[in-house]
Amino acid sequence: MSTTDLHVHNPVEELLRQDRIPTIWCPGCGIGTSVNSFAHALLKQNIDLDKTAIVSGIGCSGRVSGYMNLDSFHTTHGRAIPFATGLKLARPELNVIVYSGDGDLASIGGNHLIHAARRNMDILVVCINNMIYAMTGGQAAATTPGSSLSTTTPYGAFEPELNLVQLVDAAGACFVARWTAYHVVQLERTLEKALRKKGFRFIEVLSPCPTYFQRKNNMGDALQAMLDYKKRSKIQHGCPTWETALTPSGPIIVGEFVDREREDYLTRMRKQLGPHYSEFPAQQEEHVSEGCSREC
Amino acid sequence: MPKGTVAITAERCKGCGFCVEFCPTHVLELSSAFNAKGYHPPHMIAPEKCSGCNLCGMYCPDFAIFGFRLAANGESKGATK
Ligand SMILES: Cc1ncc(C[n+]2csc(CCOP(=O)(O)OP(=O)(O)O)c2C)c(N)n1
Ligand code: SF4
Ligand code: SF4
Ligand code: SF4
Ligand SMILES: [Mg+2]
Repeated sequence: MSTTDLHVHNPVEELLRQDRIPTIWCPGCGIGTSVNSFAHALLKQNIDLDKTAIVSGIGCSGRVSGYMNLDSFHTTHGRAIPFATGLKLARPELNVIVYSGDGDLASIGGNHLIHAARRNMDILVVCINNMIYAMTGGQAAATTPGSSLSTTTPYGAFEPELNLVQLVDAAGACFVARWTAYHVVQLERTLEKALRKKGFRFIEVLSPCPTYFQRKNNMGDALQAMLDYKKRSKIQHGCPTWETALTPSGPIIVGEFVDREREDYLTRMRKQLGPHYSEFPAQQEEHVSEGCSREC
Repeated sequence: MPKGTVAITAERCKGCGFCVEFCPTHVLELSSAFNAKGYHPPHMIAPEKCSGCNLCGMYCPDFAIFGFRLAANGESKGATK
């Protein structure tokens, strides 16, 4: 009995650019696993895909925008949030989703992350945290846990790591959560919830990078990393984010930590400008080419 | 009659083993056969135990497998085109 006999298809496929599969990702890379949760969340929430844009920076995680069959914006390294902000301001009717890596969003682009949270910009940010700059060869990032090994920290990182959920919480994000690539069902539900909410929403997804992070730190292969997440994770919804720091081998606190109401940037702007505010006139649809797909 | 089954696109598989490990009813195993890229794709060793829950599909980082439910007459149920 073949699948063509049964006329079945994987519902995720309609959201993927089939001509770009197989992906460049290494075997067991957690990025692809997170894409399943994301695609199912979009489908279950019945999101208008014609009004949904996905924005990525550069990195293995940044490739997600290129694989999704949505309006995709593959931007420069660290600048996914500024591009997304511009897009949201010019086209407020769009659902703008940023999908990128820890190096991109929190290291080179860390300042944008803080200020988008402060402004409560109405975008959803999915940050794939593999605790390393993976695409360029495994250099330490701001998220590399203190004492971990990487290409640039052969004696172990001397710097402590940033706790991203605490950072964006303090800056004013209205929805903050963390899961791992192991938590496919929970991640999907949290994404669904976040897709329904307005304001700056941040979801951190801890994800195995067997090629660099796991290998450099003798943590085994991708499957072992997933089993390690399963073993070490503790679900604590509503946990104060200052109690969620990640350590190389301690517990991993996961869950939905922050869900608060706060006026988003556009609402405040409209309110303050009152009658002086006007939306951009509707733009005529223009054909835009696929653009350059090279990595830099 | 099993409640579900899986569809496998062997050529996309990179042999990570997530589907095998996280199938709740241990339906799958990596086969000894190779695909063109040299990986061992999964195959069903206990098809009668498949519920069609699609956890294997949720875990697969390479969109190479997915599970779906079968109606009592063996036709596919949901996930159809
Ligand atoms: C301005 C600039 N600096 C550096 C680079 C090189 N670069 C490309 S990807 C990358 C790291 C990406 O890390 P992360 O965002 O964590 O993604 P990952 O590959 O880990 O998924 C770097 C440093 C670049 N492309 N542009
Ligand atoms: S280098 Fe790491 S993050 Fe990049 S594709 Fe490979 S496993 Fe994934
Ligand atoms: S559909 Fe569910 S039961 Fe069937 S093989 Fe996949 S994970 Fe196992
Ligand atoms: S999860 Fe996907 S890539 Fe990994 S072994 Fe199973 S089918 Fe292959
Ligand atoms: Mg990274």
